[in-house]
Amino acid sequence: MYNKTIAELSAGLEAGEFSSVELTQVYLDRINSLDEQLNSFITVTPERALEQAKNADIQRAAGNAGILNGIPLAQKDIFCTKDVKTSCGSKMLDPFISPYNATTINKFNDSGAVMLGKTNMDEFAMGSSNETSWYGPVKNPWKQDAVPGGSSGGSAAAVAARLAPAATGTDTGGSIRQPASFCGITGLKPTYGRVSRYGMIAFASSLDQAGPMTRTAEDAALMLNVMAGMDPRDSTSVDEAVPDYTANLNDSIEGLKIGLPKEYFSEGLDDSVAKVIESAVKEYEKMGAVIKEISLPTSNLAVPTYYIIAPSECSSNLSRMDGVRFGHRCKDPKDLNDLYIRSRGEGFGPEVKRRILVGTYALSEGFYDAYYVKAQKTRRLIANDFNQAFDDVDVIMGPAAPSTAFNIGELTDDPITMYLSDIYTIAVNLAGLPGMSIPAGFANDMPVGLQLIGKHFAESKLLNVAHQFQKETDWHLKAPASFK
Amino acid sequence: MSRLDKSDVEKIAFLARLGVDEQDMPEYAANLSNILDMVEQLNSVDTDGVKPMAHPLDAVQRLRADEVTEVNDRENLQSHAPETAEGLYLVPRVVE
Amino acid sequence: MQWEVVIGLEIHVQLSTKSKIFSGASTAYGAEPNTQACTVDLGLPGVLPVFNGEALKKSVMFGLAVGAQINERSVFDRKNYFYPDSPKAYQISQLYYPVVGEGHIDIVLEDGSQKRIGVTRAHMEEDAGKSLHENFHKQTGIDLNRAGTPLLEIVSEPDMRSPKEAVAYMRKIHSIVRYLGISDGNMQEGSFRCDANVSLRPKGQEEFGTRAELKNINSFRFVEKAINVEIERQMDILESGGTVTQETRLYDSEKNETRSMRSKEEANDYRYFPDPDLLPIVISAEEIEAIRKTLPELPDAKCARYMEQLGLSEKDARALTVDRDMAEYYEQVQQAVDDAKMAANWLLGEVSAMNNKNGLEFKDCPVNAVQLTGLLKRVKDNTISGKIAKEVFEAMFTGEGSGGEGDADTIIDKKGLKQITDTGAIEAIIDEVIANNPGQVAEFQSGKDKLIGFFVGQVMKASKGKANPGQVNQILMQKLRS
Repeated sequence: MYNKTIAELSAGLEAGEFSSVELTQVYLDRINSLDEQLNSFITVTPERALEQAKNADIQRAAGNAGILNGIPLAQKDIFCTKDVKTSCGSKMLDPFISPYNATTINKFNDSGAVMLGKTNMDEFAMGSSNETSWYGPVKNPWKQDAVPGGSSGGSAAAVAARLAPAATGTDTGGSIRQPASFCGITGLKPTYGRVSRYGMIAFASSLDQAGPMTRTAEDAALMLNVMAGMDPRDSTSVDEAVPDYTANLNDSIEGLKIGLPKEYFSEGLDDSVAKVIESAVKEYEKMGAVIKEISLPTSNLAVPTYYIIAPSECSSNLSRMDGVRFGHRCKDPKDLNDLYIRSRGEGFGPEVKRRILVGTYALSEGFYDAYYVKAQKTRRLIANDFNQAFDDVDVIMGPAAPSTAFNIGELTDDPITMYLSDIYTIAVNLAGLPGMSIPAGFANDMPVGLQLIGKHFAESKLLNVAHQFQKETDWHLKAPASFK
Repeated sequence: MSRLDKSDVEKIAFLARLGVDEQDMPEYAANLSNILDMVEQLNSVDTDGVKPMAHPLDAVQRLRADEVTEVNDRENLQSHAPETAEGLYLVPRVVE
Repeated sequence: MQWEVVIGLEIHVQLSTKSKIFSGASTAYGAEPNTQACTVDLGLPGVLPVFNGEALKKSVMFGLAVGAQINERSVFDRKNYFYPDSPKAYQISQLYYPVVGEGHIDIVLEDGSQKRIGVTRAHMEEDAGKSLHENFHKQTGIDLNRAGTPLLEIVSEPDMRSPKEAVAYMRKIHSIVRYLGISDGNMQEGSFRCDANVSLRPKGQEEFGTRAELKNINSFRFVEKAINVEIERQMDILESGGTVTQETRLYDSEKNETRSMRSKEEANDYRYFPDPDLLPIVISAEEIEAIRKTLPELPDAKCARYMEQLGLSEKDARALTVDRDMAEYYEQVQQAVDDAKMAANWLLGEVSAMNNKNGLEFKDCPVNAVQLTGLLKRVKDNTISGKIAKEVFEAMFTGEGSGGEGDADTIIDKKGLKQITDTGAIEAIIDEVIANNPGQVAEFQSGKDKLIGFFVGQVMKASKGKANPGQVNQILMQKLRS
């Protein structure tokens, strides 16, 4: 049962083959027996899950079931969940029992979906390997010495290991797509503003976006149908009609114009990964797509631009973690500054501290123009490059990450090399575009993700292009040996 | 080359009210310097006349109607607060 | 050395919206601590601000009222600093692109001349919470009810040259925001507060001296006193060859002194940057024009109209129009009684005197316009004299009557204050007075005309003030001269 997709499980529930309670129990049992190996969950909520499943079964019996009714899901621990610990992977929020629900959580609750628990993640979503979590690293289900990627590493590992049919992730610089690539699943980062950020603990407000992490593009469409939409509580969410994302999945991609940025296939890209991507592109050619080489000349600016903008925003966003109204508070503060300095010093891990320091510096007097304003300008150049490219092509493709999953501990002493593992994903966030990673094959027995990038609000197109690939290939159906 | 030393890090850390262990200072100084060196690349591009981009979409702010929609939820909101008394959040005595 | 004082003011006006600037929590004053602080006001993880359009409208109204340029695009920035009354550790404000640009107002100086004071800018921002320094288990208590209340910060040019000018400017701004109805202007509740930048320079010197910023002054009286003591302090320093330090100082009204607030100076780097949770605030020229059409008549225009249409003196017209409540009261009474001067004299005389004596704002005057109208009509139709009218007014002021136009009549009846206009009755009293004062009659008749006052006084006294003074005069003259 746990190898089924959301679409299949939903059909099974509707046909009465099993109940949501039974289904939920299957996943709870798997988490219980297998997650010790992976550490993909921070919190598992069995009573709550079974209660929701019971209600879902009642809803279905009453004829009120939507597609996601009774489907168990895992939620990244970045989404505030009322009366449940919402830690964001940090000691700082270990004591934080959220008094309210994120909009995304409310939407899934309203759809009748069941929450299995909260998944592990890099602390405050800052990381590309899930090693910065205060709750310890997550292991890659394909090879337990390897990282699952990050920051949504727990969600990616849980879905790949069949501990949940699907999960939510968030993506600020690649945090859905890179772990999806490393774990061999499908991940979609929607257009900035497509999904509400309310109740999703902010890392970098102008870059953060939530999206689905699933095994198939079809499941991602089903999830996005629930997640997308304007939220009056989020000023940056966009008031743009939400289509049925499953409607165009089966459209033909004959004549689709695919752009391959030459900068994404140059030095730094692992040869074995390049081969997988090239054969995936050939597959598209076979399906009738037209391939064009394009150029995104400012690609090299994406990582430096990002490492000004994201830390600047995060330094301010995380200032509210001050030990006064919620979260970790140091023992016996001797004065106000002592309360702040020690609570924050004890509550945050090294990577978060590093970024707060960089951001604080970049915004400080005398440096603001040279760093922050400059980065905002290069950000526009990067966005302009994409706009220009989309004059000629429908979709841009390339690798989601320069390599397959690296080993745990391999890059922890080398922040910059770690940052470069997001080199192909970061520009998409800066431009606010939708991007996906879909399983495209294996290199050295580890999964490789193909990245698809679309125009603003072109999620339907991306899902269509991804779904057509998944009809012709079976990479997305492969399961790691120990979790089959 | 942007070389930050220990005292720079101390200053920034205080501005951010961020406790950093004495023995970790040199490492943070080195990390920060490396990151700033990487960022130096941006100076190789001419951005004269480029409008700074604060948001990915060129959208404008929606205006909320002036209505009271929130009710008193103090008990729930303070139930997990570190320290409260008589409905107030407590902090070490502040001298004005 | 002759010193010149240079003053600029930053006035914080709480905009009178029902809900907060970025959340749907109530802004009502005086609630139990933290009962009006919602998830957004508390800065909980994950929450986001959503801008209240009413704050924009009210800010634009102010801008239009001071002839300022309205910026069709303005942007919210974050001002980052750690303090317990600032729950997010940043205040959402507008540094780089404020909603209101350059404008000006005119103030009237003591000699009656006018002076133009520049308004540099006005921007929207959120208020902070309150720290309660009473001893809560040896700690400070934080109440965040006020956090997120919308403020308009109005920054003046350093155009004022004396504490009196500063007060006049502050009063004028107060008058304007009250006229516009964009703030209740309540200073006790902190809805209208002021920071003053004060510096001295040698007379004739172009360059400004080093300034000190006096924080959070919450009354017109304290502004003048605080600036005065600060001027003295700076003058002492400069005269003895020292230099003034640029710093923030707090005015202590009990000790009447200013003192340095070192805590606020500490690492003063606010790291402003555009708030990525909010988008640019855009308002079209058409929307601005639509708001302009809703502006009420403002004090300067009203004053000019009173002079021109109602024939009031500039002094009276000015005095009647400072306070919107007073002007509205005045217009109501003036229209009903149809006597601009009489209504003005009453408002600026008796009504203001009684309010002042009782420490009341005009809006809290216990006698309403309808009651006063009823009273003044009785003066006009000679039912009572002006003097008796004051007695009736005092009765109303202390709570007699039901608040209607008939109150004056009721009180006049009840107290038997109706003027005696019956010639026979007046003659009888006069005859008695003449009979009782033969000596004075003789003196009068021998040419001591001034004694007429004595006789009128005696008659009025005997009639308990009710005899019609005009009739008394006329009949007395007849009888004494015959």
